[in-house]
Amino acid sequence: MENLDFGTIAYQAIFYLFAAIIVISAAMVVFSRSIIYSAFSLLFTLFGVSAMYVYLSADFIAVAQIVVYVGGILILLLFGVMLTNRITQERLLTDVFNLIPSLIIMLAVLGALLYTFLYRAKWHTGEPRTTTVVEPIGYEIITNYVLPFEIVSILLFVALIGAAYIARSEKKVSLGK
Amino acid sequence: MPEIGLNHYLVLSAILFSLGLFGIMTRRNAVVVLMGVELILNAANLNLVAFSKYNGTMSGVMFSMFGIVLAAAEAAVALAIVLNIYATFKTVDVGEIDTMRE
Repeated sequence: MENLDFGTIAYQAIFYLFAAIIVISAAMVVFSRSIIYSAFSLLFTLFGVSAMYVYLSADFIAVAQIVVYVGGILILLLFGVMLTNRITQERLLTDVFNLIPSLIIMLAVLGALLYTFLYRAKWHTGEPRTTTVVEPIGYEIITNYVLPFEIVSILLFVALIGAAYIARSEKKVSLGK
Repeated sequence: MPEIGLNHYLVLSAILFSLGLFGIMTRRNAVVVLMGVELILNAANLNLVAFSKYNGTMSGVMFSMFGIVLAAAEAAVALAIVLNIYATFKTVDVGEIDTMRE
């Protein structure tokens, strides 16, 4: 056995802990019968994925994930849950019809992905990056990725204006007379 | 226990992707379908950042950052559409929104 010191053991144990948090919470999002349980399990999944980004030395992406996904998208989804269900109703309709074909397709896709990743693909791995990612992101944004950066900001603007316009409350009938 | 390598992150993102796919195919509530879409987008971002770390380049991280921004825009527009569906049909059950079907 190589250096089996406490650092390596703790590193691997916490990685498996976060991986278990992600998988179990994602399973609860998908299999739970109550919408509120699904929404809050999605919260734990997003926090677990953010921890994985820290393991991958992408600390800026980890914080951006928490701010944008947990603080933005999850709140939006919770508002959607609140506004589209009566508050006392927590049961969902049963998903009996699509269950078996979906299970077959899910296991087939998972098997194909795992087989391709682990046995057939020869990834070109270089030197792992170990430094922080904030300064390279800043450098790339203003040199190599200027155009996507500007276009994405315009796209966000347009999307938010469009979403606010679609979801407005007072609608006049606008088609025909 | 092998050293934590690229394969661990690939397996994790494959599991997340297939769970999100199952959520999209099975659930009848439109908001839960959107949660499945968010799971798939998170799996793709995790994959990109994992490859960026074990390759040493920066393109995976930049791709993933723009992916996070686009996921936010898409979630906003999708929820606006779901609110409109609720106002029109009084339900968000995706099996009942079939007036465009023959």
